[in-house]
Amino acid sequence: MSEPMARRIASATPSGLAHRIRGLSDRTIAWLFVAPTIFLLLAVNIFPLIWTIRLSLTDFRTNRPNNPVKFVGIENYKKILTDVDTWTSLQSTAHFLIWTIVLQVLIGFTLAYLINKKFRGNDLWTTLIVLPMMLSPAVVGNFWTFLYQPQIGLFNYFIEFFSGTDPASFSMIGEVNLAPWAIVIVDTWMWTPFVMLICLAGLRSIPSSIYEAAECDRASKWRQFWTITIPMVLPFLMLAVLFRGIENFKMFDLVVQLTGGGPGSTTQLVSIDLKREAFEKWRTGYASAYAVILFVTVFGLASIYVKALNKVKDR
Amino acid sequence: MNAFFSGLLRLRRTPWENLATVLIALGVVMLMQPFALILFTWSFPVTLVGTVMFIITSHFPE
Repeated sequence: MSEPMARRIASATPSGLAHRIRGLSDRTIAWLFVAPTIFLLLAVNIFPLIWTIRLSLTDFRTNRPNNPVKFVGIENYKKILTDVDTWTSLQSTAHFLIWTIVLQVLIGFTLAYLINKKFRGNDLWTTLIVLPMMLSPAVVGNFWTFLYQPQIGLFNYFIEFFSGTDPASFSMIGEVNLAPWAIVIVDTWMWTPFVMLICLAGLRSIPSSIYEAAECDRASKWRQFWTITIPMVLPFLMLAVLFRGIENFKMFDLVVQLTGGGPGSTTQLVSIDLKREAFEKWRTGYASAYAVILFVTVFGLASIYVKALNKVKDR
Repeated sequence: MNAFFSGLLRLRRTPWENLATVLIALGVVMLMQPFALILFTWSFPVTLVGTVMFIITSHFPE
């Protein structure tokens, strides 16, 4: 800012206010700037968390707000942790989580590695690959429902083309053993570009001089890949796994649109189960305890993951 | 092994954080395993103890 401009602004400030501001220390001014953010954080994150913990110790039901609320201690937690249906939901979530992360990391990294090579149409391919990520999960869920239709769906004809299986003989979202894989395929299709972008950022941050030095030392391409590329992309890969892990633990919209948690409860992930407890059965206290269990799990996992990430970055 | 236990006794960060990490990982595996309901039942206390321990011990001196 030029000096006359600064002088004009200073002269425009009311003298009383200017005097008061001049009397504040740097620390106080810093607190004044940070205070609105802290207040917002407390109001939007911390207060609801404390309120949820409080509700989890009661038998409160939102659809009966006038009923007296009874303190039940850890009864809700005991019920959840001995419920076989909840256990099954967590197993479905584990299947979904593990397979989506494995596939997205493998395919995402491979795509990033290929896109990172200089070739004609590189930018066009990047844009095309990234497209699924830009769509709304509701839209993706809806059109994959059509793709999975046994009679008219393209997916079944694609399988027929490669395996010779009759397309009308199986339904990806209607069969107990196929539905968990159907949601894994759609999530992988939608979110692999995200992992690819993060890996691509990692690959492009590696200075070419390191590869040139390795060439001078006569290191093979294979050795360069394992001793330069992988260690330098690892923090980025770990970040992608962290983001996708947390997101997929909370996965709701895509699966609801695709299978609605069915057939039976084979694709009923924890977030769907939680929503049913809270807004279909209206067991608010029970659902709050469920949410606290999930929160502690994700928080614990994220903590150790961030620690591991920092270790890799420091190396 | 000896250094690990002496680190625990002297309230050093690394061994306590490692212990908390093991507890969290064990709790998450217990929560999602398909083998025994009893492991599922005890998964949350294990994860909770690990997480609280991690928060506290990350403030211990190195």
